[in-house]
Amino acid sequence: MSTARAERLPSSDPAAVRCRIGARGISRSFGPVRANVDVTLTVRPGTVHAVVGENGAGKSTLMRMLYGLDQPDAGSVIVDDEEILLSSPRAAIERRIGLVQQELAIIPELSLLENLVLGQEPGAFGRIDWKAAQKRAEELSRSVGVAIDWSASAARTSIAIQQQVEILRLVYRGADVLILDEPTAVLAPVQADELLGLLSSLRDAGRTVIFISHKLDEVLSIADHITVLRSGRTITELEPGEIDRAGLAAFIVGDSEMPNRPTTRGNPGTVVLHADAISAVDDRGVTRLDGVAFEARAGEILGIAAVAGNGQEELAEVLIGIRASSSGELSLDGQGIGRMSVRARRRAGLAYVSADRKQEGLALGLSLADNSIASPALKELARAGWLRPSAVAARVDAVLGRAAVRFGSASDPASSLSGGNQQRVVLGRETIGKPRVLIASQPTRGVDVKGIGYIHELLRRARDEGAAVVLFSEELDELRELSDRILVLHRGRVAGVLDGESSRAEIGELMLGHTSHASHDRPVEGEDA
Amino acid sequence: MIDLLLASAITLSVPLVLAALGGAIHRRSGTVNIGLEAHMILGALIGAVVSGATGNWAAGALAGLVAGALSGLLMNLVITRLKGNEIIVGLGYNIVMFGVIGYVLRAVFGVSGTLQVDGLQRMPKLVIPGVADVPILGALISGKDPLFWLCVVLVPVLAWLLRSTTWGVRLRATGASEPASASLGLRTLAIRDGAGIVAGALAALGGVALSLGTVGLFNENMTAGRGYVALAAFYFGRSKPLPTALACLLFGFFDALQIRLQTVGGFNADIISTLPYIAVVVVLAFTGIRQHYRGARALS
Repeated sequence: MSTARAERLPSSDPAAVRCRIGARGISRSFGPVRANVDVTLTVRPGTVHAVVGENGAGKSTLMRMLYGLDQPDAGSVIVDDEEILLSSPRAAIERRIGLVQQELAIIPELSLLENLVLGQEPGAFGRIDWKAAQKRAEELSRSVGVAIDWSASAARTSIAIQQQVEILRLVYRGADVLILDEPTAVLAPVQADELLGLLSSLRDAGRTVIFISHKLDEVLSIADHITVLRSGRTITELEPGEIDRAGLAAFIVGDSEMPNRPTTRGNPGTVVLHADAISAVDDRGVTRLDGVAFEARAGEILGIAAVAGNGQEELAEVLIGIRASSSGELSLDGQGIGRMSVRARRRAGLAYVSADRKQEGLALGLSLADNSIASPALKELARAGWLRPSAVAARVDAVLGRAAVRFGSASDPASSLSGGNQQRVVLGRETIGKPRVLIASQPTRGVDVKGIGYIHELLRRARDEGAAVVLFSEELDELRELSDRILVLHRGRVAGVLDGESSRAEIGELMLGHTSHASHDRPVEGEDA
Repeated sequence: MIDLLLASAITLSVPLVLAALGGAIHRRSGTVNIGLEAHMILGALIGAVVSGATGNWAAGALAGLVAGALSGLLMNLVITRLKGNEIIVGLGYNIVMFGVIGYVLRAVFGVSGTLQVDGLQRMPKLVIPGVADVPILGALISGKDPLFWLCVVLVPVLAWLLRSTTWGVRLRATGASEPASASLGLRTLAIRDGAGIVAGALAALGGVALSLGTVGLFNENMTAGRGYVALAAFYFGRSKPLPTALACLLFGFFDALQIRLQTVGGFNADIISTLPYIAVVVVLAFTGIRQHYRGARALS
């Protein structure tokens, strides 16, 4: 990607606009919260501009204003060097600005082609010219070097493809400024690389890209310019050559606020969880786990690494009991738990942090207090079926205090917290009862740098309190930092178990199944059946 | 015997097909139209009254259609613009409609229950020469009223509209994900209102098929829950025109069968008359089980 940047021709725009889109002294408050304070941003035409900052640093607020979804209290949006008022997305679209939000505007019921042209269908008198649409779609995907089966139903395509379609839709609609709000947060590493490639092609074709990301490596690899926001203010603007990862992280969290991250290892004891020859199929009946066997010991963190689609989701679900295994044995302290319900497993000492925080981890509409006590351990807080208020209050304090959750009132809904704080509530609740085994699936997904530090601390604490922690993560560095051992899955089988100190290259080789790169992004066979 | 049963099944299906197709279109736009029953009874009354006043069945049908369109719009506005819950609004709308019609029958026409309209012209039966005497086929397509032929045309036309026009694609998009569609600049509320108008108009034509069909009079109970049966039909047909119409034919068949069994005698009439409704419950249970298995596999 860096070579692409070096060889790229200067912006083709002869008018030599200096700032294609940006902000001049923008401030925006929501009640007492000052989301943006005197923010300045200059995005040059034909560049990729990254905006980085913690959750709550004001990035999304700024992007919403650049797209006309919201308007500044003071200052103004700049388009083509002019201060203008973007009163609505319609006005932004007229200035050829497009936004890809985290919630994709892809309609699952329609085909990808229908999604692409929706709202601006080619044809006359209401009849859609599908041939013209197909031709245009193929031109678009060819021009940026991605392969898309346009006739496929959107519901059956991966989120990575949906995202590509959404980006191409903006291009189809004539946008030449593309704003992407954390596009890679939901993608597996291989998919993220593909997306970054797509963004590079768009830039090389002269378009302007703004993207938000928490993943500093990808920011450094693709961006031409980086703007750092902290607490709603512009901290600095950088170029990737001027700074390394650690330096950038320091700008993001501020000097003094970097959480302390000891790299202590665990003290593995006896085997707690024993899995033998576990096999399982996914919802479509495709085999995802094929004879997986491992042990997890008290006081250790066992990392699970895999390229997305190689069985790690299914393994987490099989362990907690959400998904039935088709064969194999699972035992906890020598007792078979493979046929037990989720409830019985939790009683027996399993705890679970779901990868889907918003659906499975929390009831977002309920209060923090309710979320803190929601577990089979609820009985401890009740007498004859009646909850004892004092016991409930004590438990809520303990959970929220343990996880150092920053909150207003315990009666606020869980949805009022930032993503990182929400995840802390989940971890606090799951670890307060000193579980024998903690299954943590993607616990830091979509969480900012500082929040990640807290979550790692909670995982270590659970380990030190004697839990066997099984950590599923797509972040190799996270696995290497935390794990005592790393188990690598490839095509539903155990490709190997490595020491936690292993290098990225060693782990990566196992993740790709010891073979050439040709097959590394192909999921388990039968995927396209 | 079988000819008579089939002919009767098709005639009885026509009101159901019209209402269910309207409901299906509305469903595709994202709203479950519980008020089909109300639109039907309104269409039946207006159709009968105007046919009587003009002596022309087509004028009656047209008036019924317009009344239904307005009725559909009115109900839909409460759902789209006032953000009313579609189930509650629909149920309430049915209750209000039947109350108002009962009152109007008494206050304006001075009758209760049944209204015999003087000079009412029924719809013609279109006998197709040559085909009429062919076994089965004659019973299937000859001697049917114009609304039957409208149904025959509507099924493929609606399927085509949904698939191949901007209106259809935008309607489906709105129904599947309204916020996403709105963010793409679609006028989703207008699209939904349009679908509500179509639903009201088609359901009202279903009512016209009842009052200007075989009997040629209006009765305040003449819809007999057909608006709800239509709900079951488009649910079973997953809101696709052809499967929805086929579901209506199935229900129409049981209705015809029920009537035949009544005339044969030997069975308890009250129990026999529940036959079509039992068929609805069986079909819904079947649909539910089928969706359960589909859903289990589709989850990702």
